[in-house]
Amino acid sequence: MELKRTPLYDTHRALGAKMVEFSGWEMPVQYKGILDEHRAVRNAAGLFDIDHMGQVRVTGRDARAYLQNLLTANFADMEINTAKYAVMCYADGTCVDDTFVYRFADEWMVVVNAGNGAKDNAWMLAQAHAQTSRFDVSLQDVSAEFYMLAFQGPLAEQVLQQTKGLQESFDLADLKYHHAREFHIHDERGIIARTGYTGEDGFELFIPFSHGKHVWDAILDAGKDVGVQPIGLGARDSLRFEAKFALYGHEIDANTTPMEAALGWACDLDKNFIGRDVLLKQKLEGVKKKLVGFEMLERGIARNGYEIASNGKTVGYVTSGMPAPTLEKNIGLGYVPPELAKIGTGFDILIRGKATKARVVKTPFYANRARGK
Amino acid sequence: MSSGKEITYPNDVKYASTHEWVKLDSDTAIVGITDYAQDALGDIVFVELPEPGMEKKAGEAFGVVESVKAASDVFMPVGGSISATNDALRDAPETVNGDAFGAGWMLKLFPYNAADLEKLMDAATYKSKIDSGEIH
Repeated sequence: MELKRTPLYDTHRALGAKMVEFSGWEMPVQYKGILDEHRAVRNAAGLFDIDHMGQVRVTGRDARAYLQNLLTANFADMEINTAKYAVMCYADGTCVDDTFVYRFADEWMVVVNAGNGAKDNAWMLAQAHAQTSRFDVSLQDVSAEFYMLAFQGPLAEQVLQQTKGLQESFDLADLKYHHAREFHIHDERGIIARTGYTGEDGFELFIPFSHGKHVWDAILDAGKDVGVQPIGLGARDSLRFEAKFALYGHEIDANTTPMEAALGWACDLDKNFIGRDVLLKQKLEGVKKKLVGFEMLERGIARNGYEIASNGKTVGYVTSGMPAPTLEKNIGLGYVPPELAKIGTGFDILIRGKATKARVVKTPFYANRARGK
Repeated sequence: MSSGKEITYPNDVKYASTHEWVKLDSDTAIVGITDYAQDALGDIVFVELPEPGMEKKAGEAFGVVESVKAASDVFMPVGGSISATNDALRDAPETVNGDAFGAGWMLKLFPYNAADLEKLMDAATYKSKIDSGEIH
């Protein structure tokens, strides 16, 4: 299959990026190095090309009712120009994808993962037209309308506010966490939101598509003296991992439910939505497996897919693991039975067959500086 | 850091298509991974090496090199008896990024199977196969 490329492909190459396949896209995995880029985001700010993510516009009289049925979060009291994390579940409660939902005055927008775009669109369409729940709703893939960038880190606000061509577009000082606002470049509509997936303060930008490269260059230029760098998917993964944000295909997939993945906070079980009955049952009766964070007590790095064992018996599996750059510890996330999920509980990670001691620790590994801003 | 520098292909070592090198020091063969390999892996955070005294054949995995993202096996470019391993990599695995052909060495083999050397490449051949994409 031919890999898709974002329009910034040549720009990434010129910046020294190593390109890798990710969910059907050829994307930068790193420029200078994952550790260096990770620290740049924690200490200054970093710019991410995330145009491989998809955006679906939802309009129509029943747009809200449709989303209430489709997704786990409650949008009943959601204010205009705000964003909310939500999971899309199958009827059995397992995950189709995780999403960010934006509400604007006249429309809603659902941001979905790159690799899940086609599957999500099909699922969303099917739910829109299901016999039992026919909604007056219109879905439109608007991925080609917006160029999606993320700009994350403690200096993100300061640098973005000084970026040439954008200074007049918005005032970021009063843009609150998980709030969004529209702006214009030459009369073309863009959206900026104080959202992100790194555990830092920062923004996600939906730029009028043809201005993507221009804005990318302008932000890097505005931040060049304060340590702003382009960031690849490698550091994007290590950053989200330290902040314990789920990654589809790792912590969540069609074999796990949001309750198992400790995403109950994103599920409002007092409203009806696809998969709710199963999640409610799990909440009342308990789950069979639970996502925990752990740190390695012996030398070794846990990786996605490694088995977790207790008393010589396999009891679970690792979903993500790596040396956490900010913590300088080897840590991981994985599924274990609830009785092994308490903080301090010990178990073994089978690293190339060798039982290596680990213990459950508090998550997120890295406390989100931005949360509640 | 792993990027921003030209990849080096020194002439005093032999290369395996799996990106290990061998350098001869009288009766001993010294083994490591190439500059191209360390650059492709990125920041190396963990190196697992075997116990000295083990014997392994050419092509057999002898250890694991882990970057932030992934774990990769490393293979014997020639067969032999592992007489020493580079203990310094335990606490400073990033040495492999900084000096792949020097302080980042991994194994010493004594004795080693000299016949295996003939299957290895010289610097120019290794580089041309990488440049052409024949090996990666």
